[in-house]
Amino acid sequence: MTKGEIVAGCLAPHPPHLVYAENPPQNEPVAEGGWEQLRWGYERLRESLADVEYDAIVLLSPHWQTYVGTHFLGLPHFKNLSVDPVFPNLFRYHYELDIDVELSQQIHDRAAEAGLATKMMNNPDFRVDYGTITTGHMFNPGWDKPFVVISSNRSRDYYSVEVMQEMMMELGRVTREAILASGKKVVVLASNSLSHRHFTTESAIPEDMSKEHITSHAMHLWDMRMIEYFRTGQAQRIIDEMPEFTEQAIAESDGGGLTWLLSTLDLPTYPGILHGYGTIIGTGNAIVEWPARNHKEA
Amino acid sequence: MRNGELIGSYIVPVHPHTILVPEQNEGWSRLREAYDTAAQRIKDSGADLLIIYSTTWPSIIGHQIIADPNPEWVMVDHDFHDLGSIPYSFNIDEDFAHAWDKANEKRGLKSRTVAYHGFPIDVGSVVALKLLNPDNSIPAVIVSSNVYANRSETTVLAKACMDVVKATGRKAVAVTAMSLSNRMFTTPIEPKDDRIHSLKDDEWNRKILEFLGEGRLEDVGQLSRTIHQQIRVNKVVAFKPMWWLSGMNQNRNNLTGEVLAYEAIHGAGGAVVHLDPTPSGTGDKEYDEDDVEYFAGERNVLDAEHDVIVEAESITEPVSKAIETNGPALWEPTESEDSVNSNAAPKPVGAYPHARRVGDLLYLSGVGPRQPGTNSIPGGPIHDENGNPLNYDIKAQTQAVIDNITRILEEAGGSLADVLDVTSFLVDMDRDFQGYNEVWAETLGQVGPTRTTLAIKALPTPIAVEMKVIAKAPATD
Repeated sequence: MTKGEIVAGCLAPHPPHLVYAENPPQNEPVAEGGWEQLRWGYERLRESLADVEYDAIVLLSPHWQTYVGTHFLGLPHFKNLSVDPVFPNLFRYHYELDIDVELSQQIHDRAAEAGLATKMMNNPDFRVDYGTITTGHMFNPGWDKPFVVISSNRSRDYYSVEVMQEMMMELGRVTREAILASGKKVVVLASNSLSHRHFTTESAIPEDMSKEHITSHAMHLWDMRMIEYFRTGQAQRIIDEMPEFTEQAIAESDGGGLTWLLSTLDLPTYPGILHGYGTIIGTGNAIVEWPARNHKEA
Repeated sequence: MRNGELIGSYIVPVHPHTILVPEQNEGWSRLREAYDTAAQRIKDSGADLLIIYSTTWPSIIGHQIIADPNPEWVMVDHDFHDLGSIPYSFNIDEDFAHAWDKANEKRGLKSRTVAYHGFPIDVGSVVALKLLNPDNSIPAVIVSSNVYANRSETTVLAKACMDVVKATGRKAVAVTAMSLSNRMFTTPIEPKDDRIHSLKDDEWNRKILEFLGEGRLEDVGQLSRTIHQQIRVNKVVAFKPMWWLSGMNQNRNNLTGEVLAYEAIHGAGGAVVHLDPTPSGTGDKEYDEDDVEYFAGERNVLDAEHDVIVEAESITEPVSKAIETNGPALWEPTESEDSVNSNAAPKPVGAYPHARRVGDLLYLSGVGPRQPGTNSIPGGPIHDENGNPLNYDIKAQTQAVIDNITRILEEAGGSLADVLDVTSFLVDMDRDFQGYNEVWAETLGQVGPTRTTLAIKALPTPIAVEMKVIAKAPATD
């Protein structure tokens, strides 16, 4: 069998504001635009991958939060209405997505063999979290690729960032192994923001960009520090500084997605491509692609 | 309409085991039986409103309140999806939800109502409402747990809720859907092997339940931060429900408590507790925190032109403040035959006397809380010179009105005991009636005049209360 491949790994944040601003037919609310810098960033990401063939998208979402291990969507098709419990005024999205159950099971099995607590999610009434749907739409609005959707094990909440990283490094390693063994070409997505301190009020017009900015200078500094590491191929430094970043920037990396992503890419030393950066209700969000297809092992 | 009241409070567990698979574990079964007991007690109490504060519904933009009159969906737990699905159809009191939202705003809170088809009602609320109100006979309302809220905001949320309970004459039951210790096993377990995750968690849980069993709710509230540090997984939603529930119960520490069950659910501490408002005589609190009436901590973070210093200046505490010069002009009280005027009373805002004697009666002009000489308003003005609303203390204003009435009556040779009839005017009946009424009860309520209380749009100066008085005139020589 042909060896599988990770063609790209991407940091692909999921604030529902992006889908809201796009006005896709699947979403009920209507916007006057907004957050263009990030939406254009997603456009550039899509263009970057437009001519790249791949079979599936493997995504880890911090909004499918599980405390009893790591879970994987295990049915071939999901169709439902996703309403954001925090921003229901912005996101009420009618979704349909396909699951690559075979690849999902393969990653699950390898994770279980590695000693991680795992579970397949086989309940047809389950509603897929809005983080998955938002990133899924922004990355691939045609929804023409099957997904593997992985939950966010809240080991950071239970233990520490260090323990979370140990587990996510391991999950990333087995994810990579499973993909390579599957013979499939895959894009891996970590659906999370960087600094994650929200505003606690919302402007009368949510898409009023005159009100949008980072919540504090400290958050901006942390985001830029991380982006510099992204752009200069310093994955190990990101891992090393993750505890401080997660604590001080209240970063959404607490869900493990960024660590897992870098691990699936084997801690890339090549530059990531920054497609966009912007704030959403005060949080920092970067769209970054690591073009692993251009950096294959010799 | 009679005054509304809180007739009971319950603490209930959030995980779906009690509704989906209680038979798989004796402890889960006992929790289910306790849930059923609580449901029967609520039904027998004649409650006409269930208020759910759920820790499994986090929010960011303030608090959110379900206002869909009939939300229907099928809920599946993110972790325990293999236990099954929970279809639900609830009877939500949308009018109360909107009134609570408005009351929150009046007390300085950010909140909003939610009424969207398909909105994902959280597992804690679904389990609690399905089991406590199985036939949907009691209208309910559900509020989120704001991840950024601390004690003051959570306490004020409760007070705003009680404003509406009282104003609408409801017999309400408050419910917190929550775990005690919330550390679950991080791996799957067999149902028969379930137990509290650690001995330390179990000991803390039992101490909390000892307090609750003695009705010492406020003590638990004041220990919330410590409890959270000791036995709570550091999730974004802290051990806030005790703040809210204590606020709903006037921060009392002498309720009548009963622990109906305490068991493990996948390692977390689940309990069903009933707190009855009947005084138990347990005793005072160990210590006390500030009793916050109005939330003034919100930062104006959306406005990039304001930094923190300016925002801090915008926080308004109720203070006695003189009316700015752009208020109505002050007049000397008019002098005429039988008029009564006092230098110890505030100057009128028009050409009229403080009072006038007619036969055996004294007719007082409308009396407000402004102070003679300084023209300051005890409890603070209700808005600034630009019309921006300010926090104020209605009790202080009401007391100042009564003090001014006393001064005028004393000028006439009488006293407060001579008051026969009062017409009171409030600019915000929902917010202020309770506080006004409490001061009344302690002062004029002891005298016994007839009374009429009206809500009006505004008064000439930035005050919240004014009284029009008819009193017996002291005998003249």
